[in-house]
Amino acid sequence: MNIHEYQAKELLRRYGVAVLEGHVAWTPEEAEAAAKKLPGPVYVVKSQIHAGGRGAGRFADDPNGKGGVRLAKSPEEAKAAAAAMIGHTLVTKQTGPGGKLVSRVYVEAGCDIKRELYLGLLVDRSTSRVVIMASTEGGMEIEEVAANHPEKILKVHVDPASGISGFHARKLAFGLGLTGKQVGSFTKFVTSLYGAFLELDCAIVEINPLVVTGAGDIVALDAKVSFDDNALFRHKDLEALRDDSEMDPKELDATKHELNYVALDGEIGCMVNGAGLAMATMDIIKLYGSSPANFLDVGGTANAARVTEAFRIITSDANVKAILVNIFGGIAKCDMIASGIVEASKNLSLSVPLVVRLEGTNVELGKKILAESGLAIIPADNLADAAQKVVAAVKGA
Amino acid sequence: MAVLVDRNTRVMTQGFTGAQGTFHASQGIAYGSTYVGGTTPGKGGTMHPELNLPVFDTVAECVEKTQANASVIYVPAPFAADAILEAIDAEIPLVICITEGIPVLDMVRVKRALSGSKSVLVGPNCPGVITPEQCKIGIMPGHIHRAGSVGIVSRSGTLTYEAVAQTTAAGLGQSSCVGIGGDPVKGLDFIDVLEMFLKDDETKSIIMIGEIGGEAEVIGAEYLRRENFGPGKPNKKVVGFIAGATAPPGRRMGHAGAVISGGKDTAAAKMEAMASAGIHVADSPAALGSTMVRALKG
Repeated sequence: MNIHEYQAKELLRRYGVAVLEGHVAWTPEEAEAAAKKLPGPVYVVKSQIHAGGRGAGRFADDPNGKGGVRLAKSPEEAKAAAAAMIGHTLVTKQTGPGGKLVSRVYVEAGCDIKRELYLGLLVDRSTSRVVIMASTEGGMEIEEVAANHPEKILKVHVDPASGISGFHARKLAFGLGLTGKQVGSFTKFVTSLYGAFLELDCAIVEINPLVVTGAGDIVALDAKVSFDDNALFRHKDLEALRDDSEMDPKELDATKHELNYVALDGEIGCMVNGAGLAMATMDIIKLYGSSPANFLDVGGTANAARVTEAFRIITSDANVKAILVNIFGGIAKCDMIASGIVEASKNLSLSVPLVVRLEGTNVELGKKILAESGLAIIPADNLADAAQKVVAAVKGA
Repeated sequence: MAVLVDRNTRVMTQGFTGAQGTFHASQGIAYGSTYVGGTTPGKGGTMHPELNLPVFDTVAECVEKTQANASVIYVPAPFAADAILEAIDAEIPLVICITEGIPVLDMVRVKRALSGSKSVLVGPNCPGVITPEQCKIGIMPGHIHRAGSVGIVSRSGTLTYEAVAQTTAAGLGQSSCVGIGGDPVKGLDFIDVLEMFLKDDETKSIIMIGEIGGEAEVIGAEYLRRENFGPGKPNKKVVGFIAGATAPPGRRMGHAGAVISGGKDTAAAKMEAMASAGIHVADSPAALGSTMVRALKG
């Protein structure tokens, strides 16, 4: 789960991570009031969306204007900047061409920036440990730095048994060329951030840029925090930070029904059990000359109700010209899926061709249920047969 | 021989009396495997009402009384890491965790506990391990398997079944099938299972099925380049497939580990690494069996 910058900073502040003073604003008037609460004389107004590249991004209705992060020299200027952002769509490198609607801004105190650094925490799968990454190339996308200057990324791995220690932070601090008071400030920053990462079950925390101020303090200028969805059960309070408007409506709908759905831009709707088989089904559709409209894993415990919901979500996509159901039952049972298909076609009027491939647990029972239903289903014997038939159905349509 | 499990494996179940534990233990027994009992904390001292096997409060006690040498875990995700840690503490040689959705930081702690321990872990979020006609531990449909010569290792459950069905249809059968699971932090990885397959006499050829995300397939392919291919090496035929060629970068595809984050963890990059190591890469998930048949002729 992703959250906004202002939410991330409020959370991190609680863990002792140094952030600048700021306030969220939903209207230009609130932005002006927020600026008045700050010391000044410089304010930064930042569009709040779940995507990076905001400063370099441009608003869809003002492509030659300023970006999604603007400096203001008075509360009035902060108000004007907010007015240009709130209710407008910001397009950045990460939003895709459609951009994202800005509904709120963060008004933050300006700061005397001496250096811009990068700091990131995530679980490194190759070592199975939390890795802390730092770089002198603050403000740049870390993927770009990794591709062009891998030597500029410093990494330390933290042993979960002994936890974070001063040397981890010092290793990074000296590697970044920090001196004097900056080293102590950085050590406190990293240690606090690591604590927050563990405590909140984060998936990724990125501070980019992390700045060194003229006074030698280390402060987070930006903060990107996302949580491990699997751990949200023990952080009920974080649910309040969820912003549903940032999600694709079909994906949001799917999440509510415990379906794993990702919207894509093709023409064949897919319903599959298992993530790997679901991806492979997308791949084979492409191989046979068409393209998938979605990724959808119905999961191992699919019942008739969930299959119906899956069909409803798939068919709510206007681009879908045919549907492929591909089930290799293990935990999932073919008869259960077949009943779901029959149920779904009673409740929804399926107007596109439906190809069904069933294999595995209770396959004979499942096939019998479909055969006796009288539904216009195109049965398939195996994966290749299924892909061929569904692509043919689309091409013939 | 075979790998990890065979007819001498004595299986216990953690989360024994729950719906999943009960159902899959009964399937394992019906398949002919040896299931000896299990744990459900608080129900120790009773008999499993459907399976007529003893229930214990702790793994240590279950091991002591039943001589279990493998444990399969169906405990719900919030408690699953604790269950794995208990199995490690009881020094069970083989721990297989089926549970999906375990917090990744829990697995970071588990992984640390595994190092230097007497246990190996398979999973979590995996279908389990089967040696056809000897021992089935996990959720895979038993009837699609046949005793044979292909060792299968996969990150995906249902794609494993696909490989099994295709090698059964081709008349090759399987030596053992190991589902390593779709999570980013897990027990055995490709390289570990590939090493077992190279050493196993009954495994004449190997199918490895990966996904986008991470670099374990590339590490596995490099391992095979060094240890399998070349003069004086086993030279077992290996067929590979990577799911997710059509997945867009940055989107997580169901499995917590299946997301393209850099440039080197795409399906194309992994297939390239496999091909250059000497692995026969199947272009379609429907061609796993036929690619193997061609490789063996070739």
